Amino acid sequence: MLHPILFFLFAALCVGGAINLLVQKHPINSALSLIVVMASLALIYLLLGAEFVAAVQVIVYAGAIMVLFVFVIMLLNAGAEERTAGSRIAAVLGIPALAVAIGLGLYVTLQHGITGDVALGSTPGYPHAVARPLFREFLLPFEVTSVLILIAIMGAVVLAKRSE
Amino acid sequence: MSITAFIIAAVIKIVITIVVLLTAVAYSVWLERKVVGRMQNRWGPTRVGPFGLLQPLADGIKFILKEDLTPPHVSRGLYILAPMLAVSMALTSIAIIPIGPNITIGGYTTPIQITGVTNAQGQSTDIGIGLLIILGITSIGVYGIALAGWSSNNKYSLLGALRASAQMVSYELALGLSLVGVLILAGTFSLREIVQQQQTQSWFGILPGWYIFPQFIAFFIYLMAAFAETNRIPFDLPEAETELVAGYHTEYSAMKFAMFFMAEYANMVTVGCLASVLFLGGWSGPVFGPPIVQSLLPVLWFGLRLFFFIFLYIWIRGTLPRFRYDQLMAFGWKFLLPLAIANIVITGLVVALRA
Repeated sequence: MLHPILFFLFAALCVGGAINLLVQKHPINSALSLIVVMASLALIYLLLGAEFVAAVQVIVYAGAIMVLFVFVIMLLNAGAEERTAGSRIAAVLGIPALAVAIGLGLYVTLQHGITGDVALGSTPGYPHAVARPLFREFLLPFEVTSVLILIAIMGAVVLAKRSE
Repeated sequence: MSITAFIIAAVIKIVITIVVLLTAVAYSVWLERKVVGRMQNRWGPTRVGPFGLLQPLADGIKFILKEDLTPPHVSRGLYILAPMLAVSMALTSIAIIPIGPNITIGGYTTPIQITGVTNAQGQSTDIGIGLLIILGITSIGVYGIALAGWSSNNKYSLLGALRASAQMVSYELALGLSLVGVLILAGTFSLREIVQQQQTQSWFGILPGWYIFPQFIAFFIYLMAAFAETNRIPFDLPEAETELVAGYHTEYSAMKFAMFFMAEYANMVTVGCLASVLFLGGWSGPVFGPPIVQSLLPVLWFGLRLFFFIFLYIWIRGTLPRFRYDQLMAFGWKFLLPLAIANIVITGLVVALRA
């Protein structure tokens, strides 16, 4: 009984945050809405029983990546968006088109019944359950991902370095 | 065990913890003024009450009665949100920290921890990912400071906020990595189980089984990263009065400023609690006497460790000058981070070779 209520609450928070991100004019408000989206996703993971992934979502996404976003917006002193004629036309045409597309997608999905049920705690979410496959079956992708991140860091350093 | 009994017990624990925590925060301010004053060969507060003990009360009354003015040029919503975010994150993380073993009052057994439960066999457990939750709450606490500086619409505040958030994010890495060494030895993220393991083991039969003995390097890194996380001297450049007016809380007055102040000292208390739990064996110490005394003595031992950490914070504040910003960042990235990683590698090697 409580499970659907909580799920719809967190899902409404997530969707509300996402719509607010699109609607806000100032980038810092959009960044804060994105933080709300990340946090509500972490809560939905908690509902599924994936506690480790929820904690890591908060620590990494909401606590580090979004801090960098907010940092850059503050440093660059990005101002509020301006509403021009072009953007108004885009809104008038685009929002109904988007609503139609989402409605179509929902209709097709519900018609073919490719949704399923996930019970709470069906997949164990404690750290051991995540760590064992990560370091045994998926060790090669794990190591390759770390090399990928290293390449990205080196690329960022090279691009941002002052040319001597 | 019924749900209503659990909820009532949880509410009572929350009320007691909030009262004790806010009193501890207020009196750590008093302790700081006294100790730093004595170190600087002056008295500290002495007028209000004996030994100045009512000074926090006077400060509280002042904060409540002061005019809470909102400058006209600030972004309203973020201006009001920032101190609330800072103080709520600082006060929330105390909920995960275990302060003692089970206590039985009137036939109801509960562990001395807000998020702890006792199952039917009398075993007390808590959240399986307790340490990660505290790290997550610390990560969200950065936003309180960043948004305070941004919403103040003031170049000194913005610079202070940017410096503070960059510093906090950099030292969060060293903080988390220093704790990985303890996690490798303990094998669990649950804080209660980490304390229980320290109680049941002993190094070489004579030393108590606290993780500070094998992980002294990690303890050293944790202490320094914690000083930087809580923006305390020697890492308090974001609040430096001589450089940035008052940094990110320049434009705040009365109650909102008091919230930032409370958040800083509550963060100190949380970091001290975490260090006691992870490195110094939590609440271990001799227990004796009738059952109710036996349940409350561990809280005393925990409180002694916490008092030691807060005194250490204040001692260092009175002694060291502050770092320059580039020295601070170089220290975090070029010294603490490689040292923490080296500690993880050595700990992992030793654990793997022993098993």
